[in-house]
Amino acid sequence: MGMTLAEAILAAHVGAPVHPGQLIDVPVDLVLANDITAPIAIREFEKIGVGKVFDRDKVVLVPDHFTPNKDIPSAEQCQQVRLFARRQELTHYFEVGRLGIEHVLLPEQGLVVPGDVVVGADSHTCTYGALGAFATGMGSTDIAVAMATGRIWMKVPPTFRFIYRGERRPWVGGKDLILYTIGKIGVDGARYMAMEFTGPAIESLPMDDRFTMSNMAIEAGGKAGLIAVDDVTRAYLAEHARRPYREFRSDPDAVFAETLEIDVSEIEPQVAFPHLPSNTRPISQVGNIPIDQVVIGSCTNGRIGDMRLAAEILRGRSVHPNVRCIVIPGSQEVMRQMIREGLAEVFLDAGAAISTPTCGPCLGGHMGILAAGERCVSTTNRNFIGRMGHRTSEVYLAGPAVAAASAVLGRIAGPDELPAPWA
Amino acid sequence: MKLTGKAWVFGDNIDTDVIIPARRLNMSTAEELAKYVMEDLDPSLAGKIEPGDIFVAGKNFGCGSSREHAPLALKGAGVACVIAESFARIFYRNAINIGLPILESPEAARRIRQGDRVTVDLSTGIITDETTGEQFQSEPYPEFILQIIRAGGLIAKTRQDLLGGAA
Repeated sequence: MGMTLAEAILAAHVGAPVHPGQLIDVPVDLVLANDITAPIAIREFEKIGVGKVFDRDKVVLVPDHFTPNKDIPSAEQCQQVRLFARRQELTHYFEVGRLGIEHVLLPEQGLVVPGDVVVGADSHTCTYGALGAFATGMGSTDIAVAMATGRIWMKVPPTFRFIYRGERRPWVGGKDLILYTIGKIGVDGARYMAMEFTGPAIESLPMDDRFTMSNMAIEAGGKAGLIAVDDVTRAYLAEHARRPYREFRSDPDAVFAETLEIDVSEIEPQVAFPHLPSNTRPISQVGNIPIDQVVIGSCTNGRIGDMRLAAEILRGRSVHPNVRCIVIPGSQEVMRQMIREGLAEVFLDAGAAISTPTCGPCLGGHMGILAAGERCVSTTNRNFIGRMGHRTSEVYLAGPAVAAASAVLGRIAGPDELPAPWA
Repeated sequence: MKLTGKAWVFGDNIDTDVIIPARRLNMSTAEELAKYVMEDLDPSLAGKIEPGDIFVAGKNFGCGSSREHAPLALKGAGVACVIAESFARIFYRNAINIGLPILESPEAARRIRQGDRVTVDLSTGIITDETTGEQFQSEPYPEFILQIIRAGGLIAKTRQDLLGGAA
């Protein structure tokens, strides 16, 4: 019997065919944690008593959440992570000024390649599925064990296949496709499953948009969000990959637990209303909702493609007087490229703030916290109660095009509503 | 092992930001986190939970982030057990790993009411609503999960495995 992409990667790692539901003990290619999850992982790691991590080249620590340190307790958590990285002589510890948001940074640095099994103490570790890797988020204790042993137990997930057909409309990108999908299946629609994104509309989707889609697999409860390697992936890897890699794909006779076909030509730019990512509406049905803030960035939409799209809309226009627009490039490299291409100037001219790379406001850490009752259009991934600040504040999730257009108009809006910049 | 406590009933999709908001993640011990458990749903809840109380929720409990702080905060607050229609995957692993008992039972999740006295028999998986007299059988744990629970959590099990059972 054939295997799906997810099953094929796991099978190659355990050296035998696998089937959904099977419990396996898998060797991992990379283990990841951040400044919030690593302190607990380190505490638990020390209890195991092995002394050294299993491979200092394969444990990656990225202090990206509350950095640059937002307060004293956060500074102390980062210090713990830093000292552990030094003690363990980790090859891949990233410091402020040389880092990025972990899920933007790792692919960019070529640390993840197709066919890898990656576990990270961060739920958005599933981002790397866009490269044809099996990557999944776990908690700190699981990561402590993976750091110690280089292995992790998991259940082989059944695969939910999504087939996207048709031409994308103007301003519709990966964020809109994934929000639409989550809106269709719900926040537990792919619970425990590997999601596999396939079809002609995926083949024509740029790499940055693919990362956005895989990134949000967790918002449907998915264990992973995979896309098979194709020429788009190979072109990306030619620039970034640091290791040889193996391409896998679903066999023609693979068994999928579920399949959903989606005609993307019917999809408008999407907005997910509070307080669930599945609470989606097409932009034409949003109504008049005034906003106070716009955030453009995060592990979901902090890549150069996202910055280019936002800048295209903000070029020659101004952020609405009632709005704070905060642009957060996902890594130092994205920031550098943004400056090189003149995008930083576009954002500054428009009256937007530019931040150093950080998860910051996405999870209500810092760099743009909302007061009671305030509303934000954000290119991030979650709009749960209190996610970006006060428990009565509201987050509306959207792609960079809608976010930038909303920043200009002061209400949730699509780019089609904008007057020409010279008008 | 039997646990008895008062039920706190919640709806579907209780996410980890609601269980413990990220702004509290600049701390990491169960005792510290306990003070802020569920604060964005009800800021006064943490002060009302008594040790041994039992959480009962709908589907997809613990969805969202991978933060182990969520089950730690619940454990620190004295929550003895969480019963839900279903759990999000990462929360399920985290709870088992840190020794917070969790049970899946759609019937119990639907029938138990706020404030009912509930008894949970962890060895049989039988949930009893003492207030109404109703009994529910929860989903049994897979053998591998039982091994983690018997060992006293994932770290203890890993130590045993690494020491070849000599511990």
